[in-house]
Amino acid sequence: MPKQSPVPDDFSKPFWDACNEERLILQNCKSCDARRGLNVLQYPPQPTCVWCGESDSMEWLEMSGRGNIREYCVMYDCRTRSLQADQPFNIACIELEDDRSVLMYSHLPGTPVDQVPIGAKVELIFEVTPATGQKVPEWRVVE
Amino acid sequence: MTTGPTQNAPLSMYRNKEGLGVWEHRGKVAAVGIGHSPTARRWDETPETSLGAWSIMALRNALEDAGVSPDQVDGLVISPGSLGEPWSPRPIPEDFANMFQLTDNPNDGLSQMSAEFVLKNMPELTNVQFTMYGPGCMSNAICVAAQAIGDGLTNTCLVLTGRNNLAGRYGQYGANAQDTVSGPGQFTAPWGPTGPTGDALSFSQYLRKYNVKKEMFAPFVVNEKRNGLMFPEGFFAQHRPDEVVTIEDYLAARWIVKPLNLYDCDIPMCVSVAYLFTTRERARDMKQKPVYLLTHATTKPNFGIWQTLEGAEASTDSTARKLYSGSGLTPADIDIENMYDGYTTFHNYYLESLRWHGVGKGDALHFYQGDISVEGPHPISSSGGNAGSGRTRIWMHTDSIQQLQQRAGRRQVRIKNGRPETAVSGGPMPQTGDFMIWSTDPD
Repeated sequence: MPKQSPVPDDFSKPFWDACNEERLILQNCKSCDARRGLNVLQYPPQPTCVWCGESDSMEWLEMSGRGNIREYCVMYDCRTRSLQADQPFNIACIELEDDRSVLMYSHLPGTPVDQVPIGAKVELIFEVTPATGQKVPEWRVVE
Repeated sequence: MTTGPTQNAPLSMYRNKEGLGVWEHRGKVAAVGIGHSPTARRWDETPETSLGAWSIMALRNALEDAGVSPDQVDGLVISPGSLGEPWSPRPIPEDFANMFQLTDNPNDGLSQMSAEFVLKNMPELTNVQFTMYGPGCMSNAICVAAQAIGDGLTNTCLVLTGRNNLAGRYGQYGANAQDTVSGPGQFTAPWGPTGPTGDALSFSQYLRKYNVKKEMFAPFVVNEKRNGLMFPEGFFAQHRPDEVVTIEDYLAARWIVKPLNLYDCDIPMCVSVAYLFTTRERARDMKQKPVYLLTHATTKPNFGIWQTLEGAEASTDSTARKLYSGSGLTPADIDIENMYDGYTTFHNYYLESLRWHGVGKGDALHFYQGDISVEGPHPISSSGGNAGSGRTRIWMHTDSIQQLQQRAGRRQVRIKNGRPETAVSGGPMPQTGDFMIWSTDPD
């Protein structure tokens, strides 16, 4: 599907650069780690930690590329023009194995429309977006 | 006149934390006037039906409804955005420019409303000293106006919001029409989660978690559409009075984002709406029966790309706790339930958190199988909401005030012999919104 190409800005550039290298990295707040004793991953990326507000404490961690399908719906009337020719299509929410609270969207390439196995394991792939060639994370069901 | 540009309300004006106790201004602020413009599906690009013209009309109607002269108004709170496409970069229409005093903002009076535009074009508002914005929707502006009056920043305050809907498919402009995306949308837009995607995901989860069927939701939507046809200020009552929606219609409607269909989505439209608020003392002398605010509440948690059902329920639970603790009321005290419905399934989470008429978690769709009409014992969402009257985010407030004033016409509920005493309203979203409790009794 011809996804829109994300245009990186200062704080998102590491994320998108990593995608072009086919790696998924997410922000982690070291201050929150120290206070709460666990990794607090953040997605979408932000200039500061949404929990403690600090910016200097943010680091990028590489993810495993594994997850599960948390939920899905089927888009029939999308406002995004570049996707309209492919309607209807799945929009799934993927929860990351590294942190179940982190959710990412997916079209689940290869999975028939409205036949989405909720809870199924998925693996990370990357798709090239046509406008700029920027790669974006995608997920497909593990057979 | 005010000095300096109008600012967004500071966070300190919102009751956005739990544990604040009873609102310090409980019963000290009252709604005393309602003003609506006509409605239209899309703007016909004449100055007489512009957002600016209809907003001025709504403001004047609110003053007339309250029996208050313009010189008595000293405050103006606006929710400035109109939800739809901005007019700019189109050139300002010449006939519009000839009719109004313009501001430096090319969208002003066309696709958004500023306090400056209102004051330039309503010279009769000679004593406005306080202006402020409550962004997002009328619910936000009401909270700001209520807190401002309670805090003594204004005594008699107009509250305004307007919606404009330009030609073309709604939402298919700007970034959605481009091949690239920047800003916050860079992490979501490539997957196209537009419109009700988030709520479609939550409702899918809800159906499975509580083992209920979408078909069970149909009576709620049918009732919303019916109530809307009894709302003379609304779009469908004015323009499509014969458009009765049946359960069969609902179940056959085309999908927008499955499991949400056409009738789960509110129709974009044009309208402006204003209210007049004042102090408890001043309200006693006004033309309409005062409707007092017992509290207001705001919920705006952090979440990522989608707030799960559990997150939505946690948010509406928090809202309910704030409303009940701020007002001192309990679920059994609430007569009129007017929580937001645009998208329709939002309503379930609010209802279950408020525990209105005993509805608990997972009960909403079962509850809708009973008599939920305005004539019956459980007159849920008596406004008909956005589903019933169009995309404005105001019907729940107008209906709450009208019900408590016993002037809701054919929608007037029958409980308590048609004399309901309390109402709850607010929105827009379960995840993030502003809410309030109204009462005929300030004490």
